Amino acid sequence: MSGVEVPAKSVRWGRYAGLVVVALVLLVYPLVLETSFLQTIGVLALTMAIAATGWNVLGGYAGQISFGHAVFFGTGMYGTTLLVTAGWSPWLTMVPIALLAALFGVLIGLPTFRLRGHYFSIATLAIGMMVMSVLPNVKPLGATDGLSVPFLDEGFWNLTFSLRDKSAYYYTALGLFAVATLVTWLFLRGRTGSYLEAIRDDEFAAAAVGVPVWRYKMYAVAMSAALTSVAGSFHVMFVTFVDPASSSDLSLSTAIALIAVVGGAGSRWGPLLGAWLVIALQEYTRTYLSATGRTVDLMMFGALIILVVLVDPRGLVHLAGRPFARRS
Amino acid sequence: MTDLLQALTNGVFLGAVFALAAVGLSLVFGVTNMVNFAHGDLIMVAMYVGFLCWSLAGLDPLLAIPVAAVTLALVALLIYGGIIRPVLGSTQLAQMVVTFGLLTFLRGTVQFAFTADPRRVQDPIVGDVRIAVGGVAVTGAQLASAAGALVATGALAWFVHRTETGRALQAVGEDPGGASLMGIDAGRMYALAWALAGVSTGVAGSLLINSFGIDPLAGATFGIMSFIAVALGGFGSILGAALAGLLLGVVQGVVGLYLSGYTLTAALGIYLLVLVVRPQGLRGTR
Repeated sequence: MSGVEVPAKSVRWGRYAGLVVVALVLLVYPLVLETSFLQTIGVLALTMAIAATGWNVLGGYAGQISFGHAVFFGTGMYGTTLLVTAGWSPWLTMVPIALLAALFGVLIGLPTFRLRGHYFSIATLAIGMMVMSVLPNVKPLGATDGLSVPFLDEGFWNLTFSLRDKSAYYYTALGLFAVATLVTWLFLRGRTGSYLEAIRDDEFAAAAVGVPVWRYKMYAVAMSAALTSVAGSFHVMFVTFVDPASSSDLSLSTAIALIAVVGGAGSRWGPLLGAWLVIALQEYTRTYLSATGRTVDLMMFGALIILVVLVDPRGLVHLAGRPFARRS
Repeated sequence: MTDLLQALTNGVFLGAVFALAAVGLSLVFGVTNMVNFAHGDLIMVAMYVGFLCWSLAGLDPLLAIPVAAVTLALVALLIYGGIIRPVLGSTQLAQMVVTFGLLTFLRGTVQFAFTADPRRVQDPIVGDVRIAVGGVAVTGAQLASAAGALVATGALAWFVHRTETGRALQAVGEDPGGASLMGIDAGRMYALAWALAGVSTGVAGSLLINSFGIDPLAGATFGIMSFIAVALGGFGSILGAALAGLLLGVVQGVVGLYLSGYTLTAALGIYLLVLVVRPQGLRGTR
């Protein structure tokens, strides 16, 4: 990613030290901060980090800015609820539902990948809104009332844990996030990542040097949709309820995109950083300042987004890395 | 048959407001090549300006039009100078995201100031007017908003297409570098486009409060409809956006008659259909 290649010998420490510190902080978080409130923030932040990691594959690396990712998150939420109701283990639902979401992604890509820039973004916005406008009329999905996840016995296999101590949910989310990050890394490693970045930077130039643009955009949207749907599958097991407003809202679509952008679009740790910051900010302001009936969370979130983009459009990851950046 | 005529009439009158909303968005896109996702929320701010005029000074929404237009023009200029100009040379992602931040900020600020409780202007001048022609009824609010929207849209189109400054605006939209060689200050044209868009949202907002309730999310529908109208009409084409706005209103009116839960779905469906058949929009050239 960085422009200047530094000899591997001198960065070996830096590269792994950062990873180890992040991993350690994430691992001890629920042990140090034991309140249910703080652990819930952790669970939600990791869930959104998974969704934003998915968004980042398409939006950050391939440069196709989607404002319709709630469709895939909703696919995960509804799909898992239906299959769990039919007697499946939540874990077994994740992969088939993710494949379904990938199929939806490809179907959405077919008409929209001909469009560039704003045109693509508005089309995804419209598709997301269309799904949201249809859902309240779909009876098998509970229409406006939504669906509840059936009551399951506590246990890992059922992805159902005690609600008093949220650390079990937290570590499950952390595990899923680690898997999602690993899958993304494997996916982007080598040729695919370079192709996607070439498409982002200049689609015509990429096509001219022989990058199969169309095919790689399809790979990106499929992977992106699948990861986001996994986040939805986990989320519905945590909140045990899904309805049109909670699964496919425009604000969910934009939250997924904005979390990735605030953290750093096209960077590996952007989604994680963005999710923690945004979710913590949102939950704190909601809890401690909403008693007056005047919410400030939206206002602060909006100001934060504007500020980040004005200071450094590449996101907080770059801002945080600035003091440590090598001057060349 | 009367029902259908009534639905068509309602659709045309609603469409006129969509057209006005879309024209402002189209202007900013055409000149600055940037989509303002907060456009609908500027209309919402205008609705609150109109509401304040009524509740504080007893000003009727029709008389509040100039106040809202000037206020919104100033707000738009402030937005342009504060957060848009710094990202003009930035990536498309940064530009889109900054207007999303603006959308969130405007909604949040208004919700903070006025809470989410819906407000309504009581007894506007046009409130009692009701004209019926052969079973088809038109309310005064509908007449006022359609007439106001047509006048404003026409004035804007005339300005952009028929005046020297308007042509300069178009020139900057087509080729900022070339335009600056001809002695046109691109920065001033960008500011002008934003100010004009502000005026159009001001007019639209104060026309709307004759019949619509006012809350922090009131602009969302109009924002979405203007994006779709602009995409449908062809980005940057003012006439295309106005026509598409009208079309969307009619579609919503007629579909609402038969399938009341699907008006938004139908409007979006038409857009997606056009997208597949004609990606550049009805009147777009690209």
